[in-house]
Amino acid sequence: MESLGNEKNHIIPYRTFLYVLAGLIALTLTSVTLTQISLGTLTVAMALLIAAIKSFFVLRIFMHLKFEKRMFSIGVTAVALLISAVIIITLLDYLYR
Amino acid sequence: MSAHAEIHRDDLASKTGMWLFLFTEMLLFGGLFVVYSVYRFRNPVAFHLAAGELSVFIGTLNTVILLTSSATIAMSVTAMQKQNKKLTLLLLGITVLLGIAFLVNKYFEWGGHIREHIYPGSSVLALRGQGDVLFYGLYYFMTGLHALHILIGLVFIGFITVFVVRNKVNPENFVLLENSGLYWHLVDLIWIFLFPLFYLIT
Repeated sequence: MESLGNEKNHIIPYRTFLYVLAGLIALTLTSVTLTQISLGTLTVAMALLIAAIKSFFVLRIFMHLKFEKRMFSIGVTAVALLISAVIIITLLDYLYR
Repeated sequence: MSAHAEIHRDDLASKTGMWLFLFTEMLLFGGLFVVYSVYRFRNPVAFHLAAGELSVFIGTLNTVILLTSSATIAMSVTAMQKQNKKLTLLLLGITVLLGIAFLVNKYFEWGGHIREHIYPGSSVLALRGQGDVLFYGLYYFMTGLHALHILIGLVFIGFITVFVVRNKVNPENFVLLENSGLYWHLVDLIWIFLFPLFYLIT
């Protein structure tokens, strides 16, 4: 059966997923430890930065974006930028009201 | 079988549809994150104190559970591609069990708060002031909506498991398995942000 876009996909080895999982758990524990030590206003930035790094790996490897057509990655980036823009603009509004 | 008896199939379109749906899910939770940001900005002290009451241990445990379940369903796709049906089913089974474990933890967590009379509409909570009402309102709504997604994901994966058993999902045609995986990863992705926002940033 040869038809549109049904070509055999790239096979990701089991090991890759285990490495990524280990990295994600390590980042989670780092985030927990860092936020327990109060870093003041840096805490929020730090926790969100780590969450962003974690989601990058989930999207690229677990969700196969690295091996899919570019349009999916572009879509995800667009959605992420839109949400960030709305949050930033809304907060600016509250800040300078 | 002649050529026109073939069932039309387009895996790329199938995945594109799934991703478009995931974008709407991201925007749904994105909207809630906007609400969270504003209320946190306006009630910094109440949010700080209320967040300190959540159990970092249960939150961390649930994060690890969900991350692991994401890895197992991702590996089930590899197992399917390598034509290992048994391992595919085993990994799907582990994913479902981990999802249930997540919900059981949530049950005990919510149960603990409810026993302390902290729930939307509670008069005890109302006495603590507007900031606490907003924090716990968002906490119950956002983690509740997330838990609902876990439940839907479990049903979705349950169906796919049956399809794998019946060879309807097979090494030649497994886009449904990939799509159920994508949904499950999205649920994981949302938790990656919910966890620090509710449990860690105190």
